[in-house]
Amino acid sequence: MTASGTECELAAAALCPGVGSGQLLLLDEPLSFWGGTDRRTGMIIDAHHPQHGTSIAGRVLLMDASRGSSSSSSVLAEQLRAGVGPAAILLTARDAIVALGALAAAELYGTAMPLAMLDAGAAATLRTVAGPMPIVSVTARADGTAAVVLQPPSIPRQTKDPS
Amino acid sequence: MTTPGPVLTAEEAAMLRGDSGPGVAMAMRMVVALAGVLGAERLMPVTGAHIDSCLYHGQAGLDFAEKLASLGARVAVPTTLNSSSLDLMHPGLVRLPPEDAVPARALMDAYRALGARPTWTCAPYQSAERPAFGENVAWAESNAIVFANSVLGARTERYGDFIDICAAITGRVPHAGLHLDEHRLPTLELDCSALSTAMLGEEAVWAALGDVVGRLSGSGVPLLTGIDPASVDEDRLKALGATAASSGGVALFHVAGVTPEALTPGPGWAALPSTPVTSAMLRAARDELSTVADPSAPLDAVALGTPHFSVREFEKLAAALAGTRPFHPGCTVWINTSREVLAQAREAGLVQAAEERGARIVADTCTYITPILAPEERTVMTPSGKWAWYAPMNIGVDVVFGTLAECLASARAGRVVRDDSQWN
Repeated sequence: MTASGTECELAAAALCPGVGSGQLLLLDEPLSFWGGTDRRTGMIIDAHHPQHGTSIAGRVLLMDASRGSSSSSSVLAEQLRAGVGPAAILLTARDAIVALGALAAAELYGTAMPLAMLDAGAAATLRTVAGPMPIVSVTARADGTAAVVLQPPSIPRQTKDPS
Repeated sequence: MTTPGPVLTAEEAAMLRGDSGPGVAMAMRMVVALAGVLGAERLMPVTGAHIDSCLYHGQAGLDFAEKLASLGARVAVPTTLNSSSLDLMHPGLVRLPPEDAVPARALMDAYRALGARPTWTCAPYQSAERPAFGENVAWAESNAIVFANSVLGARTERYGDFIDICAAITGRVPHAGLHLDEHRLPTLELDCSALSTAMLGEEAVWAALGDVVGRLSGSGVPLLTGIDPASVDEDRLKALGATAASSGGVALFHVAGVTPEALTPGPGWAALPSTPVTSAMLRAARDELSTVADPSAPLDAVALGTPHFSVREFEKLAAALAGTRPFHPGCTVWINTSREVLAQAREAGLVQAAEERGARIVADTCTYITPILAPEERTVMTPSGKWAWYAPMNIGVDVVFGTLAECLASARAGRVVRDDSQWN
């Protein structure tokens, strides 16, 4: 925790390098990007998903893993191309389908959406967040390390004593 | 902590550096990056590939294939192509709007330019050339993956979009997953000894069994025991695997005494957690795979051939149709297959009986992944667990799941006809 008491940093492992920040979106169940999200808008359209009707665009997703078809890689890459993809994705498992979507978009368009893996404890910490979702910044480095920093969105931060 | 990357051989390092051209280098960057994601310590060679990336899902997929082609990449191993978004043999059949049809066609052309064979089928294992036991390949598409691993005893991880073509170009995959002995052993037993031999005479029952297997196994490796080897054929294992890969993440199953890695009992089998599978569970799966609220409503269509119909399935269909009247004019029977199987079935005279009764043939693609059915075809019956699983979401139809005999009787009547004796 920092001196202000409002920031919190979690260690993570980098799966795909990049830097991104956005409002946290906790996904209660694994998501299939193919069939479960709109490739043109980033909206979650799977009627059975708890976050149905929410957009993933610009958000930092926390999900255990993806689900279903490997066509999800193409849909994620297309959303990143169109600017309606997530700002970052945090997983708890090594998910090849999500990683390949991020890697292909990086190869084609230079997007560098960070993909990082949290351990169970860090993921559980994030899942206890209640009320307004904080802004989360994710930095995933080529050396395999990653940092996940949380900031509350609306609570004014304490002004630091200038002395 | 993630390993920064795998250790490469001199040849692999040269490919990554660009010695074989920028297209190979791009493909190798993807393979090496995936190896890092999976924590693989090295790469390994593959001798064949099956590509699913040729189905259109937006501009990014087309950009990727065209970039590889423009950089001069070519596949390094024999490579087949999965079902696409279009039926090139029956122009006008697919109702895709031009803004999707034009790039979908360009995507197919890009994969041909990369050197892949235009097979356009989700059942490459029904071709004469298929992987041998123990052969390491890079196959994509969940039903093809589970068939290759389980029925052929070939070895493939769950490959998908982007990595399938990169593996074909480099001839390499991460040394990980189902390529390794330790990940191919069964993790749970499903005891099927309570299922009657009569019941297991129907492909759709095997699809219902697949639905149960997928739900009980997740992404584990199930061992099915108590099945009479005489009741098994490749079409039934195809139906089982395709549905288990839809309702769960099954990429490898074993059938004791039947599939090549389960011909004799393994040392760990006795200690596996075991769950009995009952006929009541299969009937419950049948009902869950059906979305129709009013079973007396008119039936608009029947969907056969998901995964693509085999020559033997055309033969079984022709036999089932002998001496029967034409299908109801308000009910279209659609049969998906590959251009290769269609040519063989036509040559053998096995397609005529269905076409004379009003059936329509779809090649190169499939009725659940692209708009082919007319807007008024709202209620569709199928013996395919995979079609039943995905079609309501993909093309917005209501589904009735049943056996082939139930589907054909229903197609003649123009309404759903059930025969519960097949489900006991």
